[in-house]
Amino acid sequence: MSSDSSQSPPSPDRRGLIAFAWVWVGVPLAYGLYELVRKATQLFTG
Amino acid sequence: MFKPPLESALGLSGTQSALPFQLAIVMLGLSAAFGGTLVERNGPRWAMTVALICFSSGFLLSALGAATEQYWLIVLGYGFVGGIGLGIGYISPVSTLIKWFPDRPGMATGIAIMGFGGGALIASPWSAQMLESFGADNSGIALAFLVHGLSYAVFMLLGVVLVRVPNSAPEARGTARQAPAGPQVSANQAIRTPQFWCLWIVLCMNVTAGIGILEKAAPMITDFFADSSTPVSVTAAAGFVALLSAANMAGRIGWSSTSDLIGRKNIYRVYLGVGAVMYALIALFGDSSKPLFVLCALVILSFYGGGFATIPAYLKDLFGTYQVGAIHGRLLTAWSTAGVLGPLIVNWIADRQEEAGRHGASLYGLSFVIMIGLLVVGFVANELVRPVDPRHHIPAPKEADRVQRQQSESA
Repeated sequence: MSSDSSQSPPSPDRRGLIAFAWVWVGVPLAYGLYELVRKATQLFTG
Repeated sequence: MFKPPLESALGLSGTQSALPFQLAIVMLGLSAAFGGTLVERNGPRWAMTVALICFSSGFLLSALGAATEQYWLIVLGYGFVGGIGLGIGYISPVSTLIKWFPDRPGMATGIAIMGFGGGALIASPWSAQMLESFGADNSGIALAFLVHGLSYAVFMLLGVVLVRVPNSAPEARGTARQAPAGPQVSANQAIRTPQFWCLWIVLCMNVTAGIGILEKAAPMITDFFADSSTPVSVTAAAGFVALLSAANMAGRIGWSSTSDLIGRKNIYRVYLGVGAVMYALIALFGDSSKPLFVLCALVILSFYGGGFATIPAYLKDLFGTYQVGAIHGRLLTAWSTAGVLGPLIVNWIADRQEEAGRHGASLYGLSFVIMIGLLVVGFVANELVRPVDPRHHIPAPKEADRVQRQQSESA
């Protein structure tokens, strides 16, 4: 990351926002990956 | 996902039902090419707002079209309006992330472009489930379009609210105003350089080679092993296609990040050179070994994804961050060209070979030889890339003014 943002850790309220943003993106992505793995295993089992 | 239900619900032919999706890809390329300069000028928040409005309203228009059985509204909504949202949304995070990670541009662009692949990964099963729940008639499709439009608006809104370019404004640092290091070239000037057109050829050839596998992945693996003792079933072929998607996505972040370590020119040597070797291995030995066929196809697809993700970082190395989003947008016309060229080559040759009475792996032999030739052309174009002549660079104060203006707008 750029030097500006890496000089000080994020404040507690920002940490909550960052965690929320990760969940916001991570949950749908985890669903997509789960479905992908489920389908991909058919190559070996189907 | 929506193509077969649209055909049965609205009584469309295969060609008609493909129209909104083809138009969306064309509009993606055009809006990225022509809107790139606006994205650079107005900043990522403005760009993401435009992307949100276009993408969501495209779905809402399509919902109206499906509900009233007016197909032209679906073409206009999903294809035209939604396609503009796709193009602006595709390029807007790229230059922003490059600015956040100036020392790791490959990783930055890998994250941005992987998002596009990740979106397809989520949307595909989600849309299928929705159609299953709502029904595949016109009111079910309309409801699915409506839910898509509203959900995307909510999800993209968080991106709009949070996005910002790094705060390196001179007032914040208390330092003198500085332009970014390295050469800086405007988008209008970039397209006048041989470097831009070399990279255009590199991207076009690399994408065409990937499409060479992607376009007919399921029938290809079935045909290759049709006469073997272990033929590939329809469900196994679907698993193979899913595995290719995973390789495509992993290649975007993995290879693009690797380019930060070994250099952009070297990574494209790998994509194009090793890609050609992989095609040769499939052509020569693919039908004798299933693991070899699958492995080579996965490597080719990871290079396909890697090629998409690394190109903005390559552009940044050559032309700087000044208008890298706009230059990237213009380069995406190579994608549109490859999107036509790749399927055309593979389908046309497979059809001719079938007419000639061939079957199995021999349906694809000639296509693979052509793909190897195209990859060699791309390899040579990559070798011809040199640093941009200083006469194309912009004066430093102009760039510093632009950076300062954008930061104050997005802060």
